Amino acid sequence: MPNVLENVGRRTLNELDYVGSLNIQLWSTLRAMKSAFPLVGNRYRWRATVRQMLQIGYDALPMVSMMAICTGFILAMQGASELRRFGAIHYVIDLVAVGFTRELGPLLTAIAVSGRSGSAFAAEIGTMKVTEELDSLRVMALDPIEFVLAPKYLAGLISIPCLTIISNAFGIIAGGLFMFLSTRLAPLLYFRYVLESIALRDVITGLIKSVAFATIIAHVGCLEGFRVRGGPDSVGRSTTSAVVKSTFLVIVADAIFTAIFYFTVRP
Amino acid sequence: MPIISIRDLVVEYDGRRVLDGLNLDVEPGEAMVLLGGSGSGKSTLLRQIIGLERPKSGNVIVKGIDITRCSPSELKKVRHSIGVAFQSAALFNSLSVKDNVALPLREHTKLAPSIIDLMVWMKLAVVGLADFGKLLPQELSGGMKKRGAVARALALDPEILVLDEPSAGLDPIVAAELDELILLLKEAFHMTIIVVTHEMPSAFRIADRIAMLHQGTFSSVGTKEEIKASQDPRVRHFLDRTPEDLANATAVAAHFEKYLHTPEINQ
Repeated sequence: MPNVLENVGRRTLNELDYVGSLNIQLWSTLRAMKSAFPLVGNRYRWRATVRQMLQIGYDALPMVSMMAICTGFILAMQGASELRRFGAIHYVIDLVAVGFTRELGPLLTAIAVSGRSGSAFAAEIGTMKVTEELDSLRVMALDPIEFVLAPKYLAGLISIPCLTIISNAFGIIAGGLFMFLSTRLAPLLYFRYVLESIALRDVITGLIKSVAFATIIAHVGCLEGFRVRGGPDSVGRSTTSAVVKSTFLVIVADAIFTAIFYFTVRP
Repeated sequence: MPIISIRDLVVEYDGRRVLDGLNLDVEPGEAMVLLGGSGSGKSTLLRQIIGLERPKSGNVIVKGIDITRCSPSELKKVRHSIGVAFQSAALFNSLSVKDNVALPLREHTKLAPSIIDLMVWMKLAVVGLADFGKLLPQELSGGMKKRGAVARALALDPEILVLDEPSAGLDPIVAAELDELILLLKEAFHMTIIVVTHEMPSAFRIADRIAMLHQGTFSSVGTKEEIKASQDPRVRHFLDRTPEDLANATAVAAHFEKYLHTPEINQ
């Protein structure tokens, strides 16, 4: 029994330590972020930010688009199979449009980026730690948070909402394709219905979520990298851990945001 | 007045004492070699000297500033006068050798790009890498990487150059070339040089004075002639390459005897 309590206590303290570290890292990054901005910041940081934006956003575009098309199609088919029984197949348009802008677009994008870029952040920073590159930054009087993390975070804050908008668009296009194939609904008419069914607040709440997801993915990925201890095997563990933890936290954050928007933002 | 002064330095990791009350003065322009076997604490001492870790107690005073207690801005100022080449070279893999050397100049000076290019070429020429600036670190041999790390450490013309195991893992010819380079830097630029090594020929070639570390304490500090003549058994073991703790046959036999009488083995 004392062992069980001891383990519970230790795990709790470890989790609190992790949350505390994430918080400290977030505030340190926000303080250092100015250096990554264009014009007012350091031009080398901004160049690093642009490189990161290409890696997080542009390189993920085919994957995110395909995921959105497949999910849009699946959602439309599953919705139609039930709604058809009640003669309400036209509600598939609302289901896909509202479902994507509020929920599926941000979530799918976050899961894809977490797998691609969250793991890459952890691996890159973990390797820099193992090979003493982070130490060499410090002895050159350069702050690793400013040098490594700030460009990644800013790039995530810009790229992930952009990817989310693209994901929304492809999901809705896939829904339109299904409606055309199954009911011969004209694409222009479909898009008019889509615009009628979604409100600006749906898009904004989705984008707020995507900013929160970008924060989670960038910070969990980077923190896992900074926490690497030992050799290359721990880099592998941190990479796995970055994906698992960021995906888990993205879903938890999604639930929290959805609850907040459900109870506070009324149509 | 010493440029580096270490006073009663104690370092502990998880309650295990790694450095135990060290005292050492390094004079300006001196080449000090920290010699010692694996696990003697020489890399730990080096990390204290460059301010990467804080001790449990004691002081490390560099150019009159106690880096164990100073503010981050004072530490940054001290770090501008220290150049460090790590054991693993720690060149940034994503940057070319030229960009690695240019990094501290771009970050800490307002020099025009053409002047930075010229300075980088000069630093690379000093270490014999003038024709290899465009290559990535992974395209260089082990010795070239180390020389690249020395070039980067020299970028800001530091007063103190710290080298961690510069000849480890190199063939004798390349190691001898590095020794000559270190001597050249000392003579030409009047730098204070601290070298951590366990390579005896390198140590005796480079050093003005040698500090011999043994289990976290200095077993001997003196000129290379004094160290060569030392009769301290710990120094003699190291210099004569004789094993310090031969397996005690009686103790091993007693251990097995005890093991054979344990209840598990008799069941």
